[in-house]
Amino acid sequence: MNLAATTQGFLSPTGVEIAFILVGLVTLGAAVMTVTTRQLVHAALWLVVALGGLAVEYLLLTAEFIAWVQVLIYLGSVVVLLLFGLMLTKAPIGRSPDADSGNRPVALAVAGTAAAALVWVVVDAFRTSWIDLDGPAQGSTDTVGAILFRHWVLPFEALSVLLLAALVGAIVLSRKHAKGSETGSATDSDSEGER
Amino acid sequence: MHLAYPAVLSVLLFCTGLYGVLARRNAILVLMSVELMLNAVNLNLVAFDVWLRDALHSGQALTLFTIAIAAAEIGIGLSIVLMVYRNRGSSDVDRLRDTAEGPDDDSSDDPDAAAPAQRTQKAEATA
Amino acid sequence: MTTTTLAVLVPLLPFLGAAAGLLLGRKAPGFVRPLAILPTLAAAVLAVVVAVRQGGGETIDAATRFTPTGSVPIDLALHLDGFAVLVAALVGVVASCVQIYSTAYLRDDPRYPSYAALVSLFTAAMLLVVYSGDLMVLLVGWEIMGICSYFLVGHYWETPEARAASLKAFLVTKLGDVPFLIGLFALATDAGTFRITGILDAVEKGGIDHPTLIALLLLAGVAGKSAQFPLHTWLPDAMAGPTPVSALIHAATMVAAGIYFVARLLPLFASSAAALIVLAVMAAVTMVGSGLAALAQDDIKRVLAYSTIGQLGYMAGALAVADRGAAVFHLISHGAFKALLFLAAGVVIHAAGTNSLAAMSRMSGLPKRIPDAYWTMTVALLALVAIPPFAGFFSKEAVLVAAEHSALGGLTAPAAAGWTVLVAGLLAALLTAAYATRLWLLAFRGRGAEAPDHGREPRAMTSVLWLLAVPSLGLGAAFGYFDEWFDGRGLAPTLLTAVLGTGVALIGALLTYGAWRTLRHRDGLAVPMPAAAVVAHPDAAPSAVEAEAVATHEAAYGSVAGAPDPADPGRLLLGPLHRHAVTGFHLDAVYHLLFVRPVQAGAELVRFLDREVVDTYVRGSGTGANWLGVLVRRAQTGNVQTYVSVLLAGTVVLAIAAVVLSNVNAGS
Repeated sequence: MNLAATTQGFLSPTGVEIAFILVGLVTLGAAVMTVTTRQLVHAALWLVVALGGLAVEYLLLTAEFIAWVQVLIYLGSVVVLLLFGLMLTKAPIGRSPDADSGNRPVALAVAGTAAAALVWVVVDAFRTSWIDLDGPAQGSTDTVGAILFRHWVLPFEALSVLLLAALVGAIVLSRKHAKGSETGSATDSDSEGER
Repeated sequence: MHLAYPAVLSVLLFCTGLYGVLARRNAILVLMSVELMLNAVNLNLVAFDVWLRDALHSGQALTLFTIAIAAAEIGIGLSIVLMVYRNRGSSDVDRLRDTAEGPDDDSSDDPDAAAPAQRTQKAEATA
Repeated sequence: MTTTTLAVLVPLLPFLGAAAGLLLGRKAPGFVRPLAILPTLAAAVLAVVVAVRQGGGETIDAATRFTPTGSVPIDLALHLDGFAVLVAALVGVVASCVQIYSTAYLRDDPRYPSYAALVSLFTAAMLLVVYSGDLMVLLVGWEIMGICSYFLVGHYWETPEARAASLKAFLVTKLGDVPFLIGLFALATDAGTFRITGILDAVEKGGIDHPTLIALLLLAGVAGKSAQFPLHTWLPDAMAGPTPVSALIHAATMVAAGIYFVARLLPLFASSAAALIVLAVMAAVTMVGSGLAALAQDDIKRVLAYSTIGQLGYMAGALAVADRGAAVFHLISHGAFKALLFLAAGVVIHAAGTNSLAAMSRMSGLPKRIPDAYWTMTVALLALVAIPPFAGFFSKEAVLVAAEHSALGGLTAPAAAGWTVLVAGLLAALLTAAYATRLWLLAFRGRGAEAPDHGREPRAMTSVLWLLAVPSLGLGAAFGYFDEWFDGRGLAPTLLTAVLGTGVALIGALLTYGAWRTLRHRDGLAVPMPAAAVVAHPDAAPSAVEAEAVATHEAAYGSVAGAPDPADPGRLLLGPLHRHAVTGFHLDAVYHLLFVRPVQAGAELVRFLDREVVDTYVRGSGTGANWLGVLVRRAQTGNVQTYVSVLLAGTVVLAIAAVVLSNVNAGS
């Protein structure tokens, strides 16, 4: 809970905090680049940087298992899948002029307002809350393994079923059916004309 | 560590992802932005878990689950995007306008002629 | 059975006959004729019995409270005095004759069942008016007669003349009925009751505050119903209906209802000198104008229609000099001979195959074909012209005597009224003789091709004619007997008026005869009438012949009323007035300009407002909803990003609002 709220001032950062802030800036910058760059493949690569930065943040928060799972899953498979997707949909190499839709101003307004509101609320709510990082590591592998297979075993199994279903579904969806896709592609090319 | 730092970072990442979802044209870029949003949530969960020193570590457990679900989702999502690309020749989100209604879609003069036209439009959408 | 019970049965039986006829007419066609004749005949017999029993003695009053109304109550009341019982007997006899005649006249008519039922209903209504002792019940009968007249005049509704005539009859009489109703209410408010006895008591005691106003309002309704100037225009056009209907409604009964009503309430009218003078002027104008118009008509029934209007003017004149005995005496004798005239005219039209006098005057031998109609019509015309000893002489003399007495200052009426009626009456006598002679000469003394032979006329029709000829001949001689039934003021003719009246009539007849001979000499008959004037299917039933004759008259001659006949003595006698007399002195055109055109313009205006103003709002609300829909539809872009943006924008707004509100509430 609030550990020594009175002894630590607001602007007296420890080393962990400085590291956290610096990595956080990198992460945020990479995320911004992801959503604004016009080169599609570069967007995926900036996403790699952002996700990697987050893994470092997890480490700083003593959640090491999650950090490595993040690297493994997100950086290892999710981003690779995204790159495959870009390749299979013949994403243009280099700048593409229409990477952003016409919705930009609205998106900017909504996101900006949401950011402002949420930041203000969060800062106001947790002004006097400090995380204590000096105790035993909260996210060590044996801790996480213990709780996963002791307290969270059922959701864990359900999750594996979910992954199986997703696997099967992805395969089914992307098969080329004889009757489904051929007639579909003939009629849908002119329905695409209506905006 | 002040709790505000991870919380604020999480908020900012979330809103960046939000901007990306609303502003990007290519469906895969939208999926990337969704990943950003999910990761922001994960960071929040971990930070609070550590702050609260939860005995059950529910925050971290949920983070793992979120990661797994995100992986499943990206698999399915990409296969859908590929299907769309295969059928329509582009994966632009604003080309997918089948539910649109034009200004003269339901003319009052000739309801009999309008109804079959709408029916063929719906047939094309579901193909 | 008591007289009161019999008197209740008299209007009730024809009403039941009408109801049964309307219900069973289609299902049991064999019963229609007995249902038409028997109840009316029974009612006639009972009316005669009631008349004999009452005998001109004590008035029989009977009443039950019908409904308490909160202010002036309405009673089902009978008031049987000498006037009532005699007029009811007349109505019963004429109605029975008409029903018997109609069985032959409308022999093949598909609408005969409803026709007979309506005639029975009409008879019931007239008997109700005659016997009623309560003004509201009288009004019910009055209005039922109006609607039956509409239905019956429009019997040949395939012809546009009949349709127009029935509407005109209804509307013009209703125009008079509205002030009539107001007058009735005013009278009842002043007198505190609708009962006739109560009202007459109030008049005697001076309880009526505005007798002139009430009398004038009531006179409006009387003018409409009894076809007096200026509401007489419906009666000539109503000749587009079947002849028996004209005989019943437009000769004997409905038009007499107005006269009868004034006779009932004469003390009220007599208490206002102004009302009597207005009535006298109305009567005078009516008598003279109708006489002139009758001289110019070509349709035989229209001549009789104008004649009816004129004779009703006589009765109105008698009432204007406050002698109701003379008025009702003339009403009864006129009812008999005018019904006879109309029924005989029906036979003539059937035999000649046309209703045009011009065409008939170019046919010879018509009297040989229809001897019954010839002789009875001659009797009736003599009664109309008031030649002694026929009935019309005595009744017309009674009127003229009353006028003379009043003019010389004898009775309760103002002298001006008396002089007006006397002078107009003598002039009208001359005109009556003129047009009656003209009718007889043109119809029965024609020269030219032989009239076609259709065999004997049906026995039902001719026997009725002889039945009605009896009172036309002999009723007048009973004037002394009638005097007891009426007010006892004396109905005997005096020498001076008898000589004056008969002399004037003879002059009129001779003038017409002279004109006729002169025109014959000039060979006006050489000009043929259009072939279309004579009906193409003369062997059909009389009603079909008449319907066709009515429909083709305008097509053949260019006018419903007149014909371009150089051999017409009326043309010679009237001279430059002929052209105006044919159209009834253009009164119809005046009414069209004054009333019909403004109403039609008003209707056009309303239609325009409804279509352009009100409908615009209605259509506008539809169009507005449509536009709103178009606007909303523009938001359905199909673009998911737009949808999500809007969704999230709303969510953010809500979240900020929640946070701000909680901060404000928490006071932090």
